[in-house]
Amino acid sequence: MSVRRLAEASVQPASFAFSEENVAWAQHTIRKYPEGRQQSAVIPLLMRAQEQDGWVTKSAIEHVADMLDMPYIRVLEVATFYTQFQLKPVGTRAHVQVCGTTPCQLRGSEALMDVCRSKIHHDQFHTNADGTLSWEEVECLGACVNAPMVMVFKDTYEDLTPERLAEIIDLFEAGKGDQVTPGPQNGRFFAAPISGFTSLSDETNVLKETRDRQAKAAAGAGSAEPEVAPSNAGRPKTDAAETNPAIKSPSEAKAVPAAETAASVDAPKESKHEANKTSAAVEGEARQRKSPDTSDAEAKPSRKPGKKPV
Amino acid sequence: MLEDKDRIFTNIYGRFDKSLAGAQRRGLWDNTAGLIEKGRDWIINEMKASGLRGRGGAGFPTGLKWSFMPKPGADGRPSYLVVNADESEPGTCKDREILRNDPHTLVEGCLVAGFAMGAIAAYIYVRGEFIREREALQKAIDEAYDAGLIGKNNKNGYDFDIYVHHGAGAYICGEETALLESLEGKKGQPRLKPPFPANMGLYGCPTTVNNVESIAVAPTILRRGAAWFSSIGRPNNVGTKLFMLVGHVNTPCTVEESMGITFRELVEKHGGGIRGGWDNLLAVIPGGASCPVVKAEDIIDCPMDFDGLRERKSSFGTAAVIVMDKSTDIVKAIARLSYFFKHESCGQCTPCREGTGWMWRVMERLVRGEAQKREIDMLLDVTKQIEGHTICALGDAAAWPIQGLIRNFRPEIERRIDEFSRNAHRAEPIMVAAE
Repeated sequence: MSVRRLAEASVQPASFAFSEENVAWAQHTIRKYPEGRQQSAVIPLLMRAQEQDGWVTKSAIEHVADMLDMPYIRVLEVATFYTQFQLKPVGTRAHVQVCGTTPCQLRGSEALMDVCRSKIHHDQFHTNADGTLSWEEVECLGACVNAPMVMVFKDTYEDLTPERLAEIIDLFEAGKGDQVTPGPQNGRFFAAPISGFTSLSDETNVLKETRDRQAKAAAGAGSAEPEVAPSNAGRPKTDAAETNPAIKSPSEAKAVPAAETAASVDAPKESKHEANKTSAAVEGEARQRKSPDTSDAEAKPSRKPGKKPV
Repeated sequence: MLEDKDRIFTNIYGRFDKSLAGAQRRGLWDNTAGLIEKGRDWIINEMKASGLRGRGGAGFPTGLKWSFMPKPGADGRPSYLVVNADESEPGTCKDREILRNDPHTLVEGCLVAGFAMGAIAAYIYVRGEFIREREALQKAIDEAYDAGLIGKNNKNGYDFDIYVHHGAGAYICGEETALLESLEGKKGQPRLKPPFPANMGLYGCPTTVNNVESIAVAPTILRRGAAWFSSIGRPNNVGTKLFMLVGHVNTPCTVEESMGITFRELVEKHGGGIRGGWDNLLAVIPGGASCPVVKAEDIIDCPMDFDGLRERKSSFGTAAVIVMDKSTDIVKAIARLSYFFKHESCGQCTPCREGTGWMWRVMERLVRGEAQKREIDMLLDVTKQIEGHTICALGDAAAWPIQGLIRNFRPEIERRIDEFSRNAHRAEPIMVAAE
């Protein structure tokens, strides 16, 4: 909360009246709200008054109150509550609002305020000697991806460096503020990354006709290839013969237990002694390689009859 | 990674044609009458099924919110839809891009949402500083009126008016009841709830207040189906979201991504990496100024969505990711946020009006280290006294960043105090008078 008061009486003009164009605009604005709710238009009207005069005067507040059938205190309340209303005269050519909240602070808004201090006035809300420029530190202006930034009247100047801000202030002081292009000052495109578009680089991707075409193509492809039945969805895709769905299982030929026993062969008898050996042929060969001359003599002891593994 | 074809905001950078014709070529205003024909209940059920959670920060399910509205004409009062475009949370600038570059998403959304809740008109409350954005939005609305898409006897078969209103630079007007007060032409001081706006809102009539993004995504969700929307992201945190990369990334930007994208992927893809490399990352404020700060090691592989960040004791907020590298004076950064909340407190509730000032003054001393170590705990205690003791959430919002700072960076604060007291010529800090 900040304490805000009206400017002292010496600077307050005697009267206020909307210009003809603004009167028509005000009538149109009041009509946006339901019957009897014209009070809703107080902020837009005060803002218009500020645009016309440069700041909100006491007589403007009274004039707006009369237009909207409101007690003066209610309009005064609104004018002092909302910080965008300037209650004192500001620079006629530029009132530089520097955003100083953390996102801008992180990107160097303090340097921008130093520029304002040196070029305009040491303190905020004070005009320079000619009364053409003034500045203030404001809270977040909502252009955080383009930080640091300033706002001059209706336009924002984003992605600033102190040098660029000094140039901009000079141009405004010379009355050539309209020569400065609003928006990012470092050549980037609005809020897109400066290094290039990481998304939405091609409009054809997001056009309706592209989407429709893709949807149609997807529908067409779907009809050519039958969808996998849910019961088969978990099965691997294979063309192995035994997985042929034409094969009926279980087989129709009945097995006889006795015949199966006759056809089978017993497993070799387990031998603790030979468990860690390979077949005799392999053992023999290995030794032969090691030493061909003595192979026979050495190989022989392991070839004991009766212990040959099958 | 979200593909372009799944993006809802197809012109967020404003490169393509912003006019109605251009928007229609990108698929907006496509068979809106068909959506309206399906009826109120279908729209609300579809929104519920889509799992869309409000994009303004609190994450309340949008479909559920719409369903709270009473049946139109039940007691003779009209209903209103109010769109909250008072985007003032530091770090957040997504609605700005919608308003100035893709306004037709919002205009169409207003019609569909207004129909679903039986509203007779929508008021779009744009923050006072968004002057060019307001003009762009008004232009889009005028186009829609001229084309007979909204207004009396329009082509879509539901009489509906859309008005643009604006504020004048008060952060508190982003709170829904303060916004309604402001819209009624008063100071923006939040109202006590209940009665909730769905019963007694704008001009005492049933009102729903929604964020711009929540409204703007609705038509696309309805057209493409709840199943499409809910297939993006993680359960309970579905859909796409506009992320803002702010601060010390190489290429700050606004970008639409799927919810639940990890911080690392988001920054690598769109932010061009952290300034000075990943080792240089100090901390992140993941969802706009009011969210507690999260340390680098906690956030790097964190999925960016409501639940992911709640597990990190922070919150998703508006997805304004404020990145701070190791060159940052973290205490000063948070102290600046404290100043912000002190400046923006509406002055209605004492804990917030006085407390935000106290917290800011203590924070300013902590920046210099000009404090006693016991004051850290005292400050923490003050934040707990403010949190939950105010009408609106601004008190909470002012308390959380400080709580996050003390939780994560107490050694840094203590180091400063040690450093200061080593060099100090006096033992006691000078007390600063309030105001």
